[in-house]
This record gives sequence, C-alpha cells and structure tokens, in this order.
Amino acid sequence: MSQFKDRIPLPPADAQKTNMACHFCIVGCGYHVYKWPANKEGGRAPDQNALKLDLTRQLPAMQITMTPAMVNRIQDHDGSEHNIMIVPDKECSVNKGLSSTRGGQMASVMYSEKTPIGERRLKYPLRYTGDDWVETNWEQAMALYAGLTQRILDNDGPDQIFCNLFDHGGAGGGFENTWATGKLLFDGIQTKMVRIHNRPAYNSECHATRDMGIGELNNSYEDAEIADVIFSIGGNSYETQSNWFLAHWEPNLNGSNVSKKREWFPDETVGRGRVILVDPRRTPTVAISETIAGKQNVLHLALNPGTDTALFNGLLTYVADQGWHDQEFIAEHTSGFDEMLAANRMELDECSRITGLPREDIIKAAEWAYKPKESGHAPRTMHAYEKGVIWGNDNYRIQSSIVNLVVATRNVGRRGTGVVRMGGHQEGYTRPPYPGGRPAPYIDQELIKGNGMMLTVWACNAFQTTINAETYRQVIKRRAHIVNQALAEARGATTEELVDIVYDAVKNKGGLFIVDIDLYRTKFAEYSHLVLPATHPGEMNLTSMNGERRLRLSERFMDPPGIAKPDCLIAADMANAIKARFEAAGNQEMAQRFAGFDWTTEEDAFNDGFRMAHEKEIDSQGGPTGHLATYERLSAAGNNGVQLPIKEYRDGQLIGTEMLYTDNNFDTDDGKAHFQPSPWNGLPEVVQQQKENYDFWINNGRTNQIWQSAYHDQHLAFRKGRYPMAPIEIHPQDAEALGIANGDIVEVHNDYGATTAMAYLEPDLKRGQAFMMFGYPNGVQGDIVSEWTDRNHIPYYKGSWANIRRIGANPAYLRDVSFKRRRYS
Amino acid sequence: MPQLSRRNFLKLTGSGAAVGTLSLSPLSHAQQSTSQTAPGSTTLPYPRDVVAKLGELTVNDPLYFNYPDDRSPCVAIRKGREVKGGVGPDRDVVAYSTQCTHMGCPVNYDKEAETFKCPCHYSIFDPDNAGQMVIGQATENLPRIILEYDEAEDAILAVSVDGLIYGRQANII
Repeated sequence: MSQFKDRIPLPPADAQKTNMACHFCIVGCGYHVYKWPANKEGGRAPDQNALKLDLTRQLPAMQITMTPAMVNRIQDHDGSEHNIMIVPDKECSVNKGLSSTRGGQMASVMYSEKTPIGERRLKYPLRYTGDDWVETNWEQAMALYAGLTQRILDNDGPDQIFCNLFDHGGAGGGFENTWATGKLLFDGIQTKMVRIHNRPAYNSECHATRDMGIGELNNSYEDAEIADVIFSIGGNSYETQSNWFLAHWEPNLNGSNVSKKREWFPDETVGRGRVILVDPRRTPTVAISETIAGKQNVLHLALNPGTDTALFNGLLTYVADQGWHDQEFIAEHTSGFDEMLAANRMELDECSRITGLPREDIIKAAEWAYKPKESGHAPRTMHAYEKGVIWGNDNYRIQSSIVNLVVATRNVGRRGTGVVRMGGHQEGYTRPPYPGGRPAPYIDQELIKGNGMMLTVWACNAFQTTINAETYRQVIKRRAHIVNQALAEARGATTEELVDIVYDAVKNKGGLFIVDIDLYRTKFAEYSHLVLPATHPGEMNLTSMNGERRLRLSERFMDPPGIAKPDCLIAADMANAIKARFEAAGNQEMAQRFAGFDWTTEEDAFNDGFRMAHEKEIDSQGGPTGHLATYERLSAAGNNGVQLPIKEYRDGQLIGTEMLYTDNNFDTDDGKAHFQPSPWNGLPEVVQQQKENYDFWINNGRTNQIWQSAYHDQHLAFRKGRYPMAPIEIHPQDAEALGIANGDIVEVHNDYGATTAMAYLEPDLKRGQAFMMFGYPNGVQGDIVSEWTDRNHIPYYKGSWANIRRIGANPAYLRDVSFKRRRYS
Repeated sequence: MPQLSRRNFLKLTGSGAAVGTLSLSPLSHAQQSTSQTAPGSTTLPYPRDVVAKLGELTVNDPLYFNYPDDRSPCVAIRKGREVKGGVGPDRDVVAYSTQCTHMGCPVNYDKEAETFKCPCHYSIFDPDNAGQMVIGQATENLPRIILEYDEAEDAILAVSVDGLIYGRQANII
C-alpha cells in the first residue's frame, strides 16, 4: 500500500506492464501490473503516465479504480526498489475494468519488507527443534523430507504418507503447481491418502453433474447477460463472485441488454432478465438484485435449511405435469427420464410442506424458468449453484435433482443457459489419475483414528476449514507433540539421525510428522515440524482458468521473499531428493518413480503436465488440446486468454470454446445425458438430532471483504479492522432474548464443539437462524459441524445447529467496527 | 493553477449560504495551491475552509460542500450523538468526500440506515465509524474530511483529508 494515505505514485509512461489474473475468486478478473524504479514517477498529464489519464484535474466517475491499496514499493534481490501499481484491465471481457474489494488490494499483498504482510511472509525453510523454530536451508529441509519419505516407503508403504492438498487455480494453485504436486504424490509416492484443501477426502464437489455427463463449468459469463432467468441456488454472488454479478448479471437485470438479446434471438420473446434466488437467508445479493431489477423481477425462495432436493424434485414434477419439459430432446439425447421422474416425483403440496415455501412461489418459479415464452420458445434459464448446494444436505443428491430439472428442460448447451457451479477459487487442475477409489478415504477420520505417519499440508489450513474441526485439531496437536518430544531430546543430531528419531516417533509412539508449505506461518504451520516458504502469482509465472474456463498466464514481475520457491519447484526438489536417496540405496525401481522432475522453471512444469495430456494419461482441464497453449502464446493473449478447450491456434490466435454441449453430445460413454434418481430423504440423522437439541441453525459462508482463510486479510488493517472476529448475524429479537447486543462476543456451542463469534444484529435473518462467517482464524465455524458427509465424503458444512450464549462485550469492537446493515435495501 | 481558498464551500443546502458572511481570516495553507509538500513538512498543504456554522446543521441532515477545492464534493452530517472523529461541543459533526473510493460515483446518504450508499456498485460506508466500508467493492474507507470547531465563531472548519479522494493522484491538485 502507499506510504501516504492521500497520494500515490504514478507509473511513468515507460513503466513495465504485465498481465495478472486476480489471485482470488473464481472470476479471475484481469489486471495490469505496472512496475517502475522507485526514484521515478510519472506525471499527471496523460502523456506522462502509463495509465494515459489526465490527472491534472479531477477525473469523472467510472474512469478507473486507483487507490492506495493498489500501489506498493517492492525490493528485488539485486537490491533495487520499485513501485508497483495493479489496476483492473478495461479490455478484459471478464471484468470490463471493474475491480473487486479483493482483487483491488493485490498490490498490498505483494511482498514488501516494509509492510505487515512482508513481515509475516515466510522467507526461509523453518525447522522445529522440539521447542523452538530455527531457520534452515533447502538442502537440510529436503534431506529431512526425503529421508523420512524413503524410510516410510521402504518399511510401511505409501498409505502412511498423507497430504492435505490444494486442487485449484489462482494463488496457492495453478496448473504448474497442481501438476507438480500430483506427479510427486500420485506417480512418485503413489499415495491415495490425500485430501483436498477444503474437504476431508480426495473427491469432486461436482461428482453428480459429471456422472450425468455435464461438466460443471459449461457456459460463458456472457450467458448470464442474455438469459431470460438466472436461477441462483445457494449462492451469494455479489459478495463471492462480485464482478461476474456486476459486469454480467447486472446489465441483464437492469434491462440494458434487451437489445443484445434481440440481436441474438430475433425470433424469441425477450425482455429484462429475472432472477430466482434460493437461499434460506436474505443475502446482500437478494437485496441488491431487488434494487437493480425491481422486486417484481426477483423471486427469493427462502426455503427451509437442507430442503433443496425437495424443491427441485417438486419443480421437476410440476414442470413435467405441465408438459414444459423438452420431450424431443429427452428422447434423442438423454437416458433414464421416466425412471428418474418416478423416483423423484413430489407433489406441490408436499414440496411446499417440506420446503416451507408457499405453493404460489413454487409455481411462479416454474413459470418464470420453464413455461414457454409468448413466442413459444422455451425460456433460456441459467442455473448457477455454489456452497449452499456443494456444502449442503447431501451434495450428490441435491446436484442430481438440479441437473435432472435442467436437462429435462434443455437448459444446457443453448446460449443464455448452462448449469454451472459459481465457484470459489479459480480452477487449475492437471494431475495424474488419483490412485484411490471412490469414495476416497476419509483422511481426517483416518488421522483421528491414529493412522498416517507423515502429513504434508500444502497451501491450505484445515485447522480453519474442515468439519469436526475441534476434534481434528486436538488430535493433530497431540500427535505432533509426540514428535516434538522426540525432537527436543535430539539436540545435536545430524539430519540422518533426525530421520531415525522422527521415524521412531511416528512408527512406534503414535506421532505425526507435519510439513507445511505456505506463504505464511499459519495456525497449522504452528504445529508443524518443517515449514517451507512458497510463492504466489507475480513472484512466479502461473496459469489458471476461471469459471468460464478462461485460461490466462499471470506473469512474474518480482522476486519472491528470501529463498521462497514456487510450489512446483518445491515438489521437484522433493522428488529429486527422494530419487537421489533411492539411487544411493541401489533401488533403481523406486528411483525411477521420481524421475522427470529436472525442471528449472515453472514453465517446465507447465510443459510437462498441462501440455502433455494428449500423450499421457493425465486428468487435465486443458484436455488433449492443452499442448496448443504455450507461455508465449498465452502472454500474447493477455488477460482475455483463451477459453478451454482450445480448438486451434490460427493466425497467431488461440481459438477457444465459449459453451460446451452445443452439439448435445455429453460426457458419457454413449454421449447422452443421464438422468439420476435422487428422491428426497430428509436430513441426516446426526444433523436431525442437532436440530432437535439446539435452538439455532448456524448457517455460514463468506463476506466479501475476506478471502478464504484470511491468510492475507488477517494482516491488513482494512480487513481485520472490519472483522476482528468472525461475525455472526442474528435476528435482533433472538439477540434480545439472549441479552446480546451488537459487538458482543458470543459462544456458539453444541455436542461437537464450541467457537466464538462477534454478534451482528440483522433484521433480515429469520428467527432461529444465524449466519456466521466461515473459515476465519478468530472463530472457526467448522468446530461445531458434524463429521457427516455424503456418499463421496463431501461435507455438510451448512448443517449444524447450536446454542448461542453471550460471553460479554469487547469495547474495542464497539468502538472500531461498524454494525450498520450490510443489505443495500 | 487552480484557485484554492476557503470560499470553495459552494453548493450549500438550506440556509448554508449564510456561511459566506463569516469573517474568519484565511490561513497560510489556504493560499498555497501546490500539491508538493512544503519544506519542513510531510503533509499536503490543505486549506482551512469554513464548512458551516454549527447552528446551520440539522441532526441527520446532510449538508453538502466542496473541499479541498471546488471539484471535490463533500458532505457534513451532525449525528446528534458523539461519533468517532466528531467535532463540535457534542463531538457529533463529521464530514466525508461523497465520491466513492471505488470508482467515484456520488454516494447517497440513507437517513434511515445512517449510511452512505453508492448506487453504482453498491458499496456502503459508515459515517459513525470513520467512513468504514460496511460492504462493497472499494479497497478504502470513504475519505474523511478532518474538521475543527471554532468555538468563537461557532463554525465548523475543514482542515485536511484522511484518505485519497477518488480520481486524483493527490488530494491537492
């Protein structure tokens, strides 16, 4: 951030300019990074600054976002100092020049020695001695890692080597890094004991839709601009996919895209877009949608928690009974419709009783979304779902019910439709096939049961982002401490002796050796034994794709802190160190498993994985045409990149795919979309018990200022000042009954654990329902969530009931935090 | 160079025009029109401008003025209760730039919610808490106009700005 609050340095006209897709949410807004020597500044005249803005006078509104959070002063390894400015790209079709509160702060989170962020970044590998942290170098860190890995592989096999592992794009992910880590773990170590960053097993959040033949990212952001209806299910896109909402939903909902629709669909009835939002809570997105579209064009279905399956089965039944499904399409391009409908049939009255929704609202939703338009055409309805479904009551079942309805009404493969997850992070998956089955092992429970000798925690933090988190933390800490005790008695030991000592602790004493790879010393890292410093985009080249499969290259423009490395090169160091040990031991067969990591740059990792899916068995979101993308071509394609899969490279352009399934050929063996029976079956028993025993449903999710586990945000005054503790929205009358006022610290507790939160009174909440921010370092909502999962070990984060009690006031919260309403209307 | 003076308090609403008759003497900073900091100083040369007589402020009614120059619209509000950074005998008068820090759209004061709301991208700011962003897409709180109270004249003066005003490299152009 700028050292001054009331002025910022300008990039001179000749400042270096590179591309950057936002580090954070799935939308992946395009930004430009300007970098220039700190002793130079651009002038205010338009020909004197790289932004070409006339700052000799007040700029009119909507010209740019250019704030102190968008500049920083950085230091490269050669000792030079530079200013940087990171501003949104007006030519990027994703964000059209908009920046969100998260992406707009990217410059502030880049490493600088002089900022709180910089002070907290990991710069060197750290080793725990049993009672203290010491800095070490990569050689000792790799010797320890490789030595223990080899010992366990030799004696106990790969199933004792566990990993908590990112699988996404953006910061802490990307095609380079997913490939390298996957190659190390799945080809080299060959362990199946891996879980993904936000859930306790190695699985997909979208198994159901994939099983039915429909990948979960199948349209373009532009489709939201031309849909007749946007059907939002368990999402809050203003806060969590902000510029998708502002740049693409809003022009549809405010009516300004009607002429565009008329051009695209000249024979059809078109008009201002309408939106249906399924969420028990009146979210900020509901309030803003009403402001934009008018209440008459917004239908908020505030259903009972966990009843989405009943809602979509009820809608399907009603639609089928009206004859609004596409019978020709169903006959030619799908299978299993009749069987599915028979299994899922739910009459309107029963649907209304279970969901708590008025009959007329269910009918209205069906009429908006599926009743033929005046012109006789079926409406173009875009369905988009996120954590209310993904972390909902039986992920697989709800998703099946949604996609059943979508396929029956052919709201896929036509422009203005699509059935998509909204997304959390950007995507960036390229890995060898996962060696485990389905369901994959429930890794958290395996650790709790005492299994596993070594755990690598890679760019994630389950202490804040898992279910049953309190029990999980307690077990991890206890088992880590067993290793600590052994290490504390081993002062003066050589690295080889340390391997012996640690192996004895994990083999014979129930210990767990933990390695954490991250930007910061997280809560999990505090209980690790080896902490390795990683980099994020800007300090490395990194490719990712956004929620419309748009692949971009974020270009390196600065040096990382200390001797931090890209994750892909850390994985290569590990593999090479393990390989060398097996070679030294004369075990060529094992050594060969760790071959092929002779990389020097992240581009080497990109070329080895993403660009080889046409030759090797690789699960890649780039598919077999990924090889057409090179760093050079992606750099030239800028922030608009190319939408995967790539069709061809022609005339210097990468040509991509805007929408999938336009040919009605789905991702199944027979090319047909497969309907799946998914009858409503109530709440899981453990959750039903909680509901009966406790007073409040503890809904949970994000607020727009905080990204993920707040790994950056907890160090930034603008963010931490807003939320010093996880806020919990409570209805004022519920709060009054409990003697709770705004800013009070409350304890949220049930039979799984207890956590704390900061009370935030909100009249739009229903009585008996509360909403707590998820994944925060100060107040972990997962502490009170049961270990129940669906058939694929997808958790039900949204399914917990608890009691709330007042702890007391914190005068500083009252003094420094706003408790004004977060709803626009 | 633009003329900066205490007479930049245009567009007063209601009876605000009366403040033009105040006879506070302009101070040295007000006569400087450079964005450079003066030798020996690390702060920009903000003018000292009269915003209004305290008596002209009605509780929870916005009063519009310009500061630090006539192209920078601002708003003063008397909250009727002590608030963070408030001035006056009851420490209840605060003022802010009305240009949203995100993209410069004019924020509106919602009397019922007692917040500033941006109609372009729906950011909300809290005048009771130093302009803190309640929700929204900005990366900065609403720039706060630092005020002083002149008891002898019963006048509210704007003396500097905490935060960068939208659309400027520096607050003093």
